[in-house]
This record gives sequence, structure tokens and C-alpha cells, in this order.
Amino acid sequence: MSTSSRLANSEPRWLRRVLIGTGLGFLFLFLALPLLAVFAEAFNGGWSAYIEALKHPEALSAIGLTLFIAVFVLPFNILAGIAAAWTIAKFDFRGKSLLITLIDLPFAVSPVVVGLVFLLIFGAQGAFGPWFAAHDIKVVFALPGMIIVTLFITFSFVARELIPLMQAQGRDEEEAAISLGASGWKMFFRVTLPNIKWGLLYGVILANARAMGEFGAVSVVSGHIRGETNTLPLHVEILYNEYNAVGAFAAASVLALLALVTLVAKTIVEWQMRKETEMLDAALPPEAVRNQE
Amino acid sequence: MPRLIQKLVLVLVTAWVLPALADSSLLNVSYDVARDFYKDYNPIFQKYWKARSGESVELKQSHAGSSKQVRAVADGLEADVVTMNQASDVDFLAGKGLVTKDYAKKFPNNASPYTSTMVFIVRKGNPRALQDWADLIKPGVQVILPHPKNTGNGRYSYLAAWGYALRQPGGNDKSAQEFVSKLLRNAPLFASGGRDATTTFMQRKIGDVLVSFESEAELIAREFGKGEFDIIYPSLSILTEFPVAIVDKVVDKKGTRKLAQAYLDYLWSKEGQENAAQNFLRPRDAELLRKYAAQFPAIKTFTVDEVFGGWARATPAHFRDGGTFDQIYQSK
Repeated sequence: MSTSSRLANSEPRWLRRVLIGTGLGFLFLFLALPLLAVFAEAFNGGWSAYIEALKHPEALSAIGLTLFIAVFVLPFNILAGIAAAWTIAKFDFRGKSLLITLIDLPFAVSPVVVGLVFLLIFGAQGAFGPWFAAHDIKVVFALPGMIIVTLFITFSFVARELIPLMQAQGRDEEEAAISLGASGWKMFFRVTLPNIKWGLLYGVILANARAMGEFGAVSVVSGHIRGETNTLPLHVEILYNEYNAVGAFAAASVLALLALVTLVAKTIVEWQMRKETEMLDAALPPEAVRNQE
Repeated sequence: MPRLIQKLVLVLVTAWVLPALADSSLLNVSYDVARDFYKDYNPIFQKYWKARSGESVELKQSHAGSSKQVRAVADGLEADVVTMNQASDVDFLAGKGLVTKDYAKKFPNNASPYTSTMVFIVRKGNPRALQDWADLIKPGVQVILPHPKNTGNGRYSYLAAWGYALRQPGGNDKSAQEFVSKLLRNAPLFASGGRDATTTFMQRKIGDVLVSFESEAELIAREFGKGEFDIIYPSLSILTEFPVAIVDKVVDKKGTRKLAQAYLDYLWSKEGQENAAQNFLRPRDAELLRKYAAQFPAIKTFTVDEVFGGWARATPAHFRDGGTFDQIYQSK
């Protein structure tokens, strides 16, 4: 720690200023400015036009649908994420690295491709499409398809957040609980879950942000039916293409607000996580801390 | 506070669930800028249908890029009717067996209830004095148009210029290709769609002239202000048709054929035609066209059928791989 700070101080003052200036400049140019532009465009027609655009039934239904999908995929993400992370972090088995790779797949595949893949599977010209059509079950161009692609896209977040955390914690505490006679569920709820709760929340927040903002994959399977399968990001694009800039940016500002709320929540969770680790470190005897490092 | 949230949730849920409760419903899958037209047309039809049959009908709209829309219908989007801006998109569905092959004969006027044409949008006061297609190929003039190979606007612009050159004295396929090739050389870029072309021209201030649908000029005026540009009508342009069709496979399954037929038929009624005029689309009704003559200046036009023998021929000849567009573009 001390060496690195000495190194940092040894840079000439002008260089430090240039570097900091560049960093802040980029931050302003690529983060603050676009965000300001969204709100500036949204309020271009004044407050009443802004409210009018958001009060439109199609806008309200887009907001409702976006929130519904986000909330709906949440429990699946939590369950699947914990199960996957648990399996990988606490057990050794053959094919483990393959499983890790598979979990990363949604990060690696372009969302449009994800949408097209599900279209190929469930679309009318796809593998299972005719069967679904014959049984009058709508998957693509309806809510189920949109939920499925959102699930796929957001699947990795919780697992990715939990795996390193669970690996770092090891299985000592769980083994202790079992040897003291706790049942599997009891161990999970009394030992594992409290240990991972902040990491879990963090993953959930990220997955949620992605679920609400997803465009590419959802666009392919949505069918763009107004008031029915139009999510907020799709609504933004369509209004923009219809020369309705105020409406488009008003909807975009709602997405931006959701993002800001996410960021605040994320910061609070990060802060809680750090506080808890610090408390843990303080509670442990010095040699234990040294062993941890 | 929790009250407010409760109320908000309630509003959102009802806004989302309510449309699903109506019994008889129709899905109209359409291209992106048609929304305003159908937003106004749907209540007119609902009123008419209620008076005629006593049923209230729910009309759902889906709008996006037209080629993407027909792909979605082929992939299972359950459209009762499609209302497109290019016959080649409906032809695609006919090829898939979703729409009857002679859909153009199922309704009057080539199944196109209204038309438009390609015009020039120039900077205020027309500083480069661009009056006709021939002015657009002059050296140094920058022309903005969407990609001719894969957008409706771009294809219509391309064919309009081609047809103009063909109809000049001594015009033939070779001179037309030469003409269009010069025109494309004046395009600094190809926009990815009508909206993108407009943004390039109006917002980024690139180019001297934007080739666009007459009907879209009004939308541009609404967003950017009427005083920002002038509309120039060339001596000859293409008549753009907007074909409508019933998706047989879907209406037979859902039992909505009668409703779908009435929905499209009514586009040719006085009310439907007047709605077209009010949305800056040229009505087929001669009387109404005269009534709205001020917003539709007379212009000589030709159709894709007349000059190119229909989209079924024009598309492979000009826009498929190896067509005239590729030949011009590769030698550019």
C-alpha cells in the first residue's frame, strides 16, 4: 500500500492533472452529457407535453410490461443463480469448467442472436413452432417469448456475482453446521444465505437493470404490438422513428431514471458489503486476518 | 406514499391488461410511419362497425420497419391484416402461402387505398436551385437517400430516378443506368432508413437535397418546423402504392375474415379516404383529391407496374445480389 502511494506521488503534477482531466472529460462527454441530452429533449415541449407523452395508454402499458417482465424473471434468476453458484463453489465434479463456460454464454452471445435463436425454435417456421401453433399456444410475439429471452439474457448475473463470493468463503462454515447436526435447509438459511445476501442482492440489481433495458433480443420476439408486447426500450425506438422526439425521449428518461435508481441501490449494497467485511475483519483476531490475505 | 404507489401499479396493470379483455379483436401489422394514419382510422372504423353489426371491436397495431414486420408475420406474428408500403413485402407473404397470390386484385386500385410520391426536400429558399431529377446529378450536389438495396424509401427513390431517365428523349436502360449511377455518386452516404435519412439531412445538416415520400414531409415539418425547408416537386416521379392484404391463414384460424374484410374495405369509404388526405396521403377518391388539391399539387407519375412490370420483376432486376444497384455500386 505504502509503495504504491509513493509511486503515485512521484508522477509530475502536470501529468496527474492531465490524466485526471482526461478521465473527468470522458466521464462528462460519455456519461453526463448524453444523460442531460435525454432530459433536455424530453422536456423540449415543456412539462405538459412530457406528462402527456407518459400518460399515453401505450406508454403506460410499455412501462407496465417492462416492470412485469423484470419482476417475473427475478425469482427464476435468484433460484437458478444460487443453485448454479452453489454447485460450482461448494462441490468438485467432472465438467465443472464446462458448466462455468455455459453460465458465461449469455454474456458472450449477442442479444439479437439470442432473439433469433428462440425465433428459430418457437417461430412458425421453426422446430417446435407448428406444434405450439396447433395447440394454440403463443410463445414468440407474445409475453412468454419475451420472458424467455429476458431470462436467458439475465441468467448469468446472479451466478457470476455469487461464484467468487462463495468460493472465497469456502465450505468450512457449512461443514461445521452439518457436523453440529443442522439439516440441509437449516444450514442454507442460517449459514449460507446470510453469508451471500449482499452479493445476491447485487447480482439481482444488475440482472434487473439488464432485464428492463434489454432491446435486441426482445425486439426480435416482441412483434411490436402496441399496448400488448411493446416494452419501454422498444417504445422509445418506435416513437423516434415516427418523428415523435418528445415522446421517445420522455420514455427514454423513464429508463434513465430506472437506471439511476439502480445505481443508487447498487452503491448502497456495495457500501453494506464493505461495511460487513470490515466488521468481520475487526472481529477476527489479527492472525486470522493475516491468514486471509 | 404507499397509496400513490398502489394507484400507480393499478393504473399500469389496467393499462396493460384491459385491452386483452375485449372479445373480438384484429391485429394490423404495418410499417413504421403508418401509425398516425391508423391511429386516426381505427376509431372511425370502430364507430362504423358498431353501427353496422352492434359489435365493439378491439384494434391492435404493430409498427416497425416493413421488411422486419413481414418476416415476423411469416414467423408467426398473428396479423389478421397487413398494411405495407411496398408490394414486395406482401409478395413475400404470398410466397410463404400466408396471403393469396392475387391479393392485389382483392381490393380496388391494386389493393392500395391511398398513394404518395417521391419528392425533394431542400434547404429553405432552395439555394442550389434544384428543380428536377436532372439537377440532382450535377457535380457537387449532395443527395441524401436511404439505402436503395434494403429500404422501401431507398428503392422508390432509385426507381423514380430510373423511370425519369427512361422517359427522357432517347432514354433507354443503358442511359437510365448511367443516370442513376451519377445520382448515387452524389450520395455521400446511404441512410439506414427513412428516419435516419431525415436525421442526417435535418439535424446533421448533411446534403443539399433529401429524397422522401411526400407524406413524410409533413412529419418532418411537425418535428423540425415548416420554415426549415422547401418541398420541390420534380417534373415526373413515381407513384408509391401502399398495398393492404388479408392474412388468410390467420383469419381462417381466428374466424375473423368478415371483420378483416370490412376493416380493409372501409379504407375506400369517404371517411377512410378523407382520413388519408388528412394524413397527407393522396386519396384514390377523385372528388376528395380535388378538395385537398392545395396540399397535393398535380404531378406526373408512373407506377412500378407501368415502367418496371411490377415489383416481382423490379426487385430481382435492380436490388437482388448482382442487380443493377450492385453493378453501379461496385463500379463506383
